[in-house]
Amino acid sequence: MDFLTNLINGISLGSIYAIIALGYTMVYGIAKMLNFAHGDVIMVGSYVCFVAMNSLGLSPLVGVLLAVAACTCLGIVIERLAYKPLRQTASLAVLITAIGVSYFLQNAAQLIWGADPKSFTSVIPFPSVTLFDGQLVISSVTIVTVLASVVVMVLLALFVSKTKLGKAMRACSEDKGAAQLMGINVDATISMVFGIGSGLAAIAGVLLCSAYPTLMPTTGAMPGIKAFTAAVFGGIGSIPGAALGGLLLGIIEVFTKAYISTELADAIVFALLIVVLVIRPAGLLGKVSHEKV
Amino acid sequence: MGMLGNLRKTTRSHILTYAIVVVAYVVLQCLVSTHSISYFLGGLLVPVCVYVCLSISLNLVVGVSGELSLGHAGFMSVGAFSGLAASICLRGVVGPDPLRLAIAIVVAGVMAAIAGIVIGLPVMRLRGDYLAIVTLAFGEIIKNLLNNLYLGVDANGLHFSMESSRALGLQRGIVIIDGPQGASGVDKLSTLLAGFLLILFTLTVVLNLVNSRTGRAIMAVRDNRIAAESVGINVTKYRLIAFVVSATLAGMAGALYAMNYSTVVPKKFDFNTSILILVFVVLGGIGNIRGGIVSAALLTLLPEMLRSIGDYYMLIYAVVLIVVMIATNNARVRSAFDALRDRLRRRPGDGPTLSAGAANGGGTHEQ
Repeated sequence: MDFLTNLINGISLGSIYAIIALGYTMVYGIAKMLNFAHGDVIMVGSYVCFVAMNSLGLSPLVGVLLAVAACTCLGIVIERLAYKPLRQTASLAVLITAIGVSYFLQNAAQLIWGADPKSFTSVIPFPSVTLFDGQLVISSVTIVTVLASVVVMVLLALFVSKTKLGKAMRACSEDKGAAQLMGINVDATISMVFGIGSGLAAIAGVLLCSAYPTLMPTTGAMPGIKAFTAAVFGGIGSIPGAALGGLLLGIIEVFTKAYISTELADAIVFALLIVVLVIRPAGLLGKVSHEKV
Repeated sequence: MGMLGNLRKTTRSHILTYAIVVVAYVVLQCLVSTHSISYFLGGLLVPVCVYVCLSISLNLVVGVSGELSLGHAGFMSVGAFSGLAASICLRGVVGPDPLRLAIAIVVAGVMAAIAGIVIGLPVMRLRGDYLAIVTLAFGEIIKNLLNNLYLGVDANGLHFSMESSRALGLQRGIVIIDGPQGASGVDKLSTLLAGFLLILFTLTVVLNLVNSRTGRAIMAVRDNRIAAESVGINVTKYRLIAFVVSATLAGMAGALYAMNYSTVVPKKFDFNTSILILVFVVLGGIGNIRGGIVSAALLTLLPEMLRSIGDYYMLIYAVVLIVVMIATNNARVRSAFDALRDRLRRRPGDGPTLSAGAANGGGTHEQ
């Protein structure tokens, strides 16, 4: 039963990583940039939900919706102000700007909400589910997390493959110039991707804080790095890759903590990433690009 | 220019870089010896030297070799802990403090070089953002391992453990590294003079490497890997040379850093520190060593200067970072600057350049 419990916890943590990784990978696919501020958007989303529920006394569902709306707007504003002026320049310049945005969000959060950890109340008001005569207890957060991430991924996959906006998105990540010639509004499409990615980050933030209820201005940093790793693990730029990478990373992390070492779990997870990348330099599902001379 | 006019442009530029460092040192040393420097600023002098060294060494990877490394703090950390371990072991064995510091820095360099080779070999298979993520992963691994490393010394020699300080089985020895608590009771051996000498050493190594046959090979690989390969340059070898030299220099700077404080924790050398060093390099102009030195010094002092503003100082720092990046890289802003420069009729390309694209201190260099 221990194995099953760990597997379920791993899938739950992995689902959260997967949702964050989707944001990373979509932004990378279209803007070809590593958005290091993504982890901090998670944190902002969690704070918005926290304030909505605890200070304004709104229901959890409204809190989540508010968080998603706030982060979507935040993502679009960040893209417009900080990243758009640098779209034609080297990727390193945008990377540093993203780090600047990350510092900004963390310090703004510290000024607004204080540096002390807040105890986040779970947004899921259901009791745990007990199976096999109490041998297996699955918390409601776990169930909701897994369900939510499945719903998010299916919706996202449908959006990208079936809708006109999704098609525009794919066209832009393939070739921005050609997409523009076909009448696609590239600026609006990129803004939309940042908005969707940040909205997903808000959902991930709320789920993350429901499962691990300490909320601080730096809450988003480590899950951000982990999810970024997950996105690369699966092949950055690939949406199924991000989902697979996130899920695998979560499962591996939980199993390492349970069976090998709690302290060295991070080192083992990152070592595994390196092994995967050395064997498959473009990640699990990434496209290997061949250079032509 | 007079006499200097006869020299080659790169030589002139190097002399200027050395001159800036020497003048800065002389001025600071005068200020320190006349006690006209605040206590607060005085404590920052060694860290400034350390960050200048780190900026120069990371520039070798990011600017000259054209790879994005996000794990530079990892090498710094390896150097810091091996350096301070060496200095504690040599307590009482080697008399003069400067000599002990020098030995510790050399040990740190060797250990960081080994780490550089171990990490560099698998990393060199990868390119671009994938390489960046693997260096990030290695940085995190080093931090995680050091967080669980216990090291002690007694009459029987060094003892290692990955469990606890009690597992070391020391007989009246001292615990050097105590897991997450790091090292405490470190001898504060670092001085401004040592920092200055280390900057000169780092600068000499990097500038001479860049202007050697090896350096030209490294830059050829950066500019066009396939073309370089086709004229017989061993791509992996030259990328590895740049990576390992950079790691070694970072380790030496790490040792200097560690021995400026009485307590050092592994957590200090995290992802944020790696990013901080990268910010110095990018803001100074990728590949522009002199720019990297100036930006490292300014950006280390800036948050402390801004501290007087109060709670908002880090917020302002972040905004400054974003605005400067946009101002130096946005095409429209740059062309406005260029027009202004033309009007002032200054010679174009006056800056010290190692990469053609970074001529004006910006980051136009393509990965």
